[in-house]
Amino acid sequence: MTSLRAMHPVAAALRHPSLAGGSAIMLLVLGLALLSFVWTPYPVDAISAAERLQTPSAAHWLGTDQFGRDVLSRIMVGARNSIAVGVVAVSIGLFAGVALGTWAAARGGWADELVMRTSDVVFAFPAIISALLITAFLGPGAVNAIVAIGIFNIPVFARVTRGAAQQVWGLEYTRAGMAIGKGPTRITIDHVLPNIAPVLIVQATIQFAVAILAEAALSYLGLGTQPPSPSWGRMLFDAQTLMALHPTLAIFPGVAIALAVLGLNLLGDGLRDVLDPRLRVWRMVT
Amino acid sequence: MKRMHWSLGLAAIALLGASSALAQTKDTLILGVTLEPSPGLDPTAGAAAAIDEIVYANVFEGLTRIDETGAVQPQLATDWAVSEDGLEYVFNLKTGVSFHDGTAFDADDVVFSLDRARAEDSTNAQKQLFEAIASVDAVDPATVKITLSRPEGSLLFNLGWGDAVVVAPESAETNGTNPIGTGPFKFEQWVPGDRVELARFDDRVSLEKVVFRFIPDPSAQVAALQAGDIDAIPNIAQAPEAFQQFQADPNYVAVAGSTEGETILTINNARPPFDDVRVRRAIAHAIDRQAIVDLAMFGFGTPIGTHFAPHHPAYVDLTGNLPHDPEAARALLAEAGHGNGLELTIKLPPPTYARRGGEIIAAQLAEVGIEAELIPVEWAQWLEQVFRGDDFDLTIVSHTEPLDIGIYGRDGYYFNYSSDAFNAVMAELGTTADLQQRNELFGQAQRIIADDAVNGYLFQLAKLGVWRKGLEGLWANSPIQATDVTQARWVE
Repeated sequence: MTSLRAMHPVAAALRHPSLAGGSAIMLLVLGLALLSFVWTPYPVDAISAAERLQTPSAAHWLGTDQFGRDVLSRIMVGARNSIAVGVVAVSIGLFAGVALGTWAAARGGWADELVMRTSDVVFAFPAIISALLITAFLGPGAVNAIVAIGIFNIPVFARVTRGAAQQVWGLEYTRAGMAIGKGPTRITIDHVLPNIAPVLIVQATIQFAVAILAEAALSYLGLGTQPPSPSWGRMLFDAQTLMALHPTLAIFPGVAIALAVLGLNLLGDGLRDVLDPRLRVWRMVT
Repeated sequence: MKRMHWSLGLAAIALLGASSALAQTKDTLILGVTLEPSPGLDPTAGAAAAIDEIVYANVFEGLTRIDETGAVQPQLATDWAVSEDGLEYVFNLKTGVSFHDGTAFDADDVVFSLDRARAEDSTNAQKQLFEAIASVDAVDPATVKITLSRPEGSLLFNLGWGDAVVVAPESAETNGTNPIGTGPFKFEQWVPGDRVELARFDDRVSLEKVVFRFIPDPSAQVAALQAGDIDAIPNIAQAPEAFQQFQADPNYVAVAGSTEGETILTINNARPPFDDVRVRRAIAHAIDRQAIVDLAMFGFGTPIGTHFAPHHPAYVDLTGNLPHDPEAARALLAEAGHGNGLELTIKLPPPTYARRGGEIIAAQLAEVGIEAELIPVEWAQWLEQVFRGDDFDLTIVSHTEPLDIGIYGRDGYYFNYSSDAFNAVMAELGTTADLQQRNELFGQAQRIIADDAVNGYLFQLAKLGVWRKGLEGLWANSPIQATDVTQARWVE
């Protein structure tokens, strides 16, 4: 048996089934999304009365919708929208959340209380409810959906960061840093952030999946991506009344959402195993 | 003790048997409707179609009524005589009629109702119906005389609207929450957010109980009908694809009829560049009406070229006037100085025809170089921003009042259109009683607004009714905002 330590990290990672499966799925989704920038089988908004509601065929691999638009093309561009929403929303949550979390951990006392209690309040609302509230306030639209999903991500990251950072603050080398005169900012950058990065990467992957689901939900409710711009959630909504006659219209975007969420969760799972030092030790022992 | 349980069980079984026997002679009708009436149930105090769609003909009656074909029929008036000059109408009233609270109906109620509707401080949503009336007098308890200040060719039709029903002075103020009329059904209860129940008042009708259930979501309506929770959906135009599904199912009757809903792409004529007739004509040329009907409404609906119902005898088919012609549209845009393209917004209210139609129209406009941004709005926003605030470029809406071409002559109406030629035709119509001449004038009016391309004329909304097999007597068409259940009955 080859020792994991002797292997190239990428090769090691690929031996992890969740990580490999998750990566493969996400590469496929990402590939389709990137491809849609340069090529889709048909123009994504091309409406054609003659070609509407076709079942999957050689010409239209996933069939056409009620306006005669190619479903595969729309799923590809929809992937792009979902990923864009995920990336931006998670970034908002990550940057703001990490800033707040590290501040809370470094400062302690009232700052800690303020950040954590505010997070608790925001947490009390389920993610989708917060997003609904925010889009109701800002109005429907893709950008507002991104902001809404980003905002409900902030306390998630703030909490995770604060917990992990507090642990690091309690360790001896941090104390040593303090002893040689490093300030809280210095310590946060030099010691805390590198050490909590794995936790954040895993959390970001999970939140990415949550963001994709939330975007689909908001678009389904008419509050997210606006037509004619394609979105998986919106496609599900449009398919709703056509379910009895043309079930594939609901199945394909549904599968796309499920696959993306599954892929990200597997990826997150795998990354946690690979990145978490404690688990790494455990894996090497077994 | 055990024995007693047994007997209780038997009694329950007997009861079950009895109720299933009752079910065979069904006398309850449950209808699924999209919108809940707002603000109340008084048709003389609110514009909402949802009010009339519950109380018209069922709870409230007028001197005349509009029947399923759109024709005027006597209702509380048995017959009438019109003077030579068309300025005096004498109505003979039904006798022995009483309101649901027991008070008797007579000529004084008619005078009260019409005076109340046309009063200075009246909250009636359709006051223009009564504009020509100079006075209403009770000649005797069974005779009413209406004197006009000018001839009004459509007076009998106007009196058949839900806004012109007869109410009693004793109950007029509370009709919003407890409607009291002379109709064959009386109001039972209103559970806000859920349903309105009516019960049989006299023997003109065969149903004991009628329930209007509010189900805003079309797929939920379909599911409720399939599950047997409701018996009928008077209009499922929100989901025409579901209608197709019921057409194929032998357990249901699916009837496609006509409505008075001219579905139009309203253009804000006051806002540049839409004040330029060339731009408006370019928009008209860019629109492919049949494609919109096919794609948005699954083929249900009739393309129109002007603001008039195709089933009306005065209708002029102007769909060939500014036909779908992207080349012509581009040329007109270039001529108007928008050869490099044009950006605009379309505000879309919630109905299917608007949301779906908007997507298709945006694609059609894109073909001629017009980039349309779609802005979905709720009805409250639409009323505030578009209808009252004039804050829009384009919008899509169905005008469901019958024979409403007169709105093009209204000052400050949200089209912001004004034409002396049109107003002259309307003025002449107001004083013309002869049917032939009236139809001729209506034709002229239709041509003027079509040539001016005031709005993009899309299609006449279809009424798509679906109900359980065995139910008869519901209207196929919708010539007026109504769900008349007075003739409804279960057979077999």
